[in-house]
Amino acid sequence: MANMKVGELGVSVAREPSLMTGAVPSKDWWDVPAVFKPGNFCYPAKPEMVEYHSKSLPGKFGESRVWDPQSDDWKLPENWKEIIINGLKERLDKFRSLKIFMDCCVRCGACADKCHFFLGTGDPKNMPVLRAELMRSIYRNEFTKAGKILGKLAGAREMTFGVLKEWFMYFYQCTECRRCSVFCPYGIDTAEITMMARELLHLVGVGTNWILEPAANSNRTGNHMGLQPHTLKENMEYLCDDIESITGIKITPSWNRKGAEILIINPSADVFAEPGIYTCMGYLLLFEHIGLDYTFSTYASEGGNFGSFTNNELMKRLNAKMYAEAKRLGVKWILGGECGHMWRVLHQYMDTMNGPADFLEMPKSPLTGTVFENAASTKMVHLTEFTADLIRHGKLKIDPSRNNHRRVTYHDSCNPARAMGLLDEPRYVLKNVVNSFHEMPENTIRESTFCCGSGTGLNTGEIMDLRMRAGLPRANAVQYVKDKHDVNTLSCICAIDRATLTALVDFWVPGTQVCGVSELVGNALVMDGEKERESGLRFEPLEGMEG
Amino acid sequence: MKILYPFVAVLGLIVIAAVGSSIGMEALFGIVFPYLALLIFIGGFINKVVGWAKSPVPFRIPTTCGQANSLPWIKQDMLDCPSTTPGVIGRMVLEIFLFRSLFRNTQADVYDGPKLRYGSSKYLWLFALLFHYSFLVILVRHLRLFADPIPFFVNILEFADGFLQIGAPHIYQSDLVIIGAIALLFLRRILLTNVRYISLPADYFPLFLIFAIAVTGMLMRYVTRVDVVNIKTLAVGLATFKPVIAGDLGMMFYIHIFLVSTLLVYFPFSKLMHLGGVFMSPTRNLANNSRMVRHINPWNDPNLKPHSYASYEDEYREFMVDAGIPVDKELPAETPAAEEA
Repeated sequence: MANMKVGELGVSVAREPSLMTGAVPSKDWWDVPAVFKPGNFCYPAKPEMVEYHSKSLPGKFGESRVWDPQSDDWKLPENWKEIIINGLKERLDKFRSLKIFMDCCVRCGACADKCHFFLGTGDPKNMPVLRAELMRSIYRNEFTKAGKILGKLAGAREMTFGVLKEWFMYFYQCTECRRCSVFCPYGIDTAEITMMARELLHLVGVGTNWILEPAANSNRTGNHMGLQPHTLKENMEYLCDDIESITGIKITPSWNRKGAEILIINPSADVFAEPGIYTCMGYLLLFEHIGLDYTFSTYASEGGNFGSFTNNELMKRLNAKMYAEAKRLGVKWILGGECGHMWRVLHQYMDTMNGPADFLEMPKSPLTGTVFENAASTKMVHLTEFTADLIRHGKLKIDPSRNNHRRVTYHDSCNPARAMGLLDEPRYVLKNVVNSFHEMPENTIRESTFCCGSGTGLNTGEIMDLRMRAGLPRANAVQYVKDKHDVNTLSCICAIDRATLTALVDFWVPGTQVCGVSELVGNALVMDGEKERESGLRFEPLEGMEG
Repeated sequence: MKILYPFVAVLGLIVIAAVGSSIGMEALFGIVFPYLALLIFIGGFINKVVGWAKSPVPFRIPTTCGQANSLPWIKQDMLDCPSTTPGVIGRMVLEIFLFRSLFRNTQADVYDGPKLRYGSSKYLWLFALLFHYSFLVILVRHLRLFADPIPFFVNILEFADGFLQIGAPHIYQSDLVIIGAIALLFLRRILLTNVRYISLPADYFPLFLIFAIAVTGMLMRYVTRVDVVNIKTLAVGLATFKPVIAGDLGMMFYIHIFLVSTLLVYFPFSKLMHLGGVFMSPTRNLANNSRMVRHINPWNDPNLKPHSYASYEDEYREFMVDAGIPVDKELPAETPAAEEA
């Protein structure tokens, strides 16, 4: 599956019979079973991963075992139905959102063609309304009078193994991007429903390895890549060596330094994986440029929170490290890097779960004196806000012509866009550091932005076909600006985006590069005492310097 | 089946009321059922809303549909991404009275390339708006029957609604609009493949039911010409808890009032509760200020702590010291134990 060709996949998206292309399935949706075959599911969690998490959160991850989604025996515990139903009841009592979303849908269909998974697969169960109905039907059967009395007529059905299979298949074909929620007249947020469904699936030991292993790494080593402290530091030193050969400036960032003013937390992929490392070089150049008193931490070296793809408890545990480390190091406030889910968790959950952060100070830019009132309680500032403020106050020496070899567009990452409202800051930064900036079509940006198609722990190789389909709406909009404005660079502020959009544009829009906004900032910064720059941060020749 | 069953159910209700009222059970259909239905409606509605309210809102999760409150020189979208209570009220007013989210609706197409295209699609918004507002107008107009004297705003509304003065008695525009809107919503449900596929009997039933209510109401007013004085006597009697059935009210009236009773009973147990739910949706009715103001989760477990730094350092101390990373506890002379806490 991972070897499919662009042409073949393109033809099947546009012509294969699907609800998207106008072919209506002959059976009602509840009569179409979920069938697992190689390429359409994420691999189950390894038993040792389940055991690891169960040690600190007993019962939340079910029995560890080897099981195969393609088999008809998932080795579920005997009372699995009871566990699911009780789990659902518990969550209905804990979350008003879930109760409201179970009751209020009128099936108007406004969400139907908003989901990138539906647009790319045409599978009816990828319409947010039906994804939710997979759970709603069980809710009606167990918890509503109408469902109990009228049964199928009221849209109720029993929890069966077939339903569980559907849950596993379709709640892992949702990246919790919330695009459907924008269009729903009641704000029904499928992300909430998916999060609950995943919690329930984990209760009976149905989880995927690509989520549980990074989560285990984050817990133990501090970051999802499993990098040990010395490796992190060493790798950052490589990045500094590259910076030195490009700019002639020697940067030596500090690690775990007590008494620093600001703790930096960024997605760990930015320290290790292309193209995130160039974003990280951008961070380093920026901090050096303004003489910031900062430290990185090896213990809290991950922004991304893989716990948020499993359950509230693990999300909270992983997130708690940020404040714990800020307290231990005695910093004044925290600056967060370009990361999507990190910011969703930070913005919507962190203070509630792990606050109050009363040991920190109100964030204030040491350069401009700007007080970040919008972060008064969490004491965490987004790097893009911070940079925009610096540019606004003229604190950066910028030469945007250094990015002249880049014709840039901007991808609003779902989480900063639809869970925070961070829309104009990155655009302001971009317009100041590049000379050629072009927006994608209006129905595909800002709050209507399309997901990369591989978020929430779905950026795994075994479902490449699905990922490329789900990312098609995004890629298509990139193709549009490429055709129209010759755009060659897709910038974003999310580490998962940087990883998955790279694969996506290589497939659908070859010749496009993906970068963090900070890479473009770093490229444009005129550093004190630097040598004449001949190449960008990727060692790509600058315009006029092609040799 | 999904369409047929609810259709038959509504026909059945009509037959029940027709037969029941003509075999001397007028009081049952005219007095007992309406009271019972209203009781179930009010009780069920409250029960449902209280049930929702009982579950806490542990996290602040608004869907942000515009620029957030950020730096002072960045213009906030106060209505789509409010950070204050007045902003939230503004957002909710737009949502509840103008169906703001539906107004955004687009329709997507896929064609060879593969390419995707998104077009504006506002007809669901329009049909829904027509339907809900005409329903509201008709509901308010009915106060004329229950209140004595008739409130001034009902008279004004009635005048405006019959403004075109077509026919005698004047045809209300809202009557025509609601019939049209229901028909359009129904057609949309069966003609759009996506919407047809997701529809359940529970989606067609209220459409048929409300359609039948509207039609019987109109038949009474424009065709069978019932005795309004007798109906008003009953309605005022119902409202003042002294109901009397004075004279013959006609079969159509009993069908109409029985269908309305059914709608009231069905309401709290169905998707029609979106009437209450729209006010309570946590993605819409919360201010986006969770970084600014701390929000409390009643079931937050303060004992749930992270993997501690101490045990982290215990595991990696040697590497950290070698790499020149500061540690809290220096290496002992002997090899340290590297145990997971």
